Amino acid sequence: MGLLDQKFENSNIVITSMDNLLNWARLSSLWGMQFGLACCAIEMMATGASHYDLDRFGTFFRGTPRQSDVMIVAGTVTLKMASRIKVLYDQMSEPRYVISMGSCSNCGGPYWEHGYHVLKGVDRIIPVDVYVPGCPPRPEALMEGLLKLQEKIRTESLAKKKSA
Amino acid sequence: MTAQEIFESLKGRFGDAILDAKVDAVPDPWVKIAPARLKEVCLFLRDDGEMLFDLLMCLSGVDYRGGKLGVVYHCDSTVKHHKIVLKTEVTDADPHVSSVESVWKTANWHEREAFDMYGIVFEGHPDLRRILMPDDWKGFPLRKDYQVPEFYNGMKVPY
Repeated sequence: MGLLDQKFENSNIVITSMDNLLNWARLSSLWGMQFGLACCAIEMMATGASHYDLDRFGTFFRGTPRQSDVMIVAGTVTLKMASRIKVLYDQMSEPRYVISMGSCSNCGGPYWEHGYHVLKGVDRIIPVDVYVPGCPPRPEALMEGLLKLQEKIRTESLAKKKSA
Repeated sequence: MTAQEIFESLKGRFGDAILDAKVDAVPDPWVKIAPARLKEVCLFLRDDGEMLFDLLMCLSGVDYRGGKLGVVYHCDSTVKHHKIVLKTEVTDADPHVSSVESVWKTANWHEREAFDMYGIVFEGHPDLRRILMPDDWKGFPLRKDYQVPEFYNGMKVPY
């Protein structure tokens, strides 16, 4: 409500641009796809739980990519899983965003050197908007990543091509 | 029973199938078995009244360098409270070991893992296929001479 609550002093009419309205609507209700793969999933669950609460940002996790706006890739992306991730990403409808959470999905993480089975970074198969570093990132770090994504959406424009 | 007694009982019954042993090894005394007769030795270990090894704790593949592969079995008896380790050795030209899946059901997945990682083929296993790597993966990753592939299905594998 912080975006709207100073605007109703005199009358109940808000004048804004289409860009602002759509961007505000999109960033305030980023429905995430549950995509916990490994240990970062536990931190994502902790962030979604009551102490650090993701629900106050309008985010709640959907089980299917068809109903989600953002896919938080949390955990190690193995080569076996990578083809499935591509399929699921293709099933999301636009506008869609990807947050890469944790070291493993950013760049391969601790498996970068000897991991024969690990995809070194999920950005090798899907376009990523925000990278959240950490192993695993603290809940505050994941929330900062989400807020950075919201900043990115706030500056989007209908005239220019959307990200991801 | 102590490891020495287990070894002597096995040697007395199976003779030439028991190749070697080290009963004072720390922490686990082991007995080496010929790979083709492994299943009957394991059936004896599970069913005999003195032995009663009803739990297979772990089954692991090994790559001893120089073209030799092996399998190591950690057996435990929940009734008699004794443990023994069994070892077998095969060459990588002919890596066939008889499966103990019909003796201890837990060996089903463990043998699939040993096949996936080392290429050891278990004769008599009902469903021997890869369990950890993707089904169309080429090669056996935990062998010492394994080379990481450059690409897999269009994705670059090394860093």
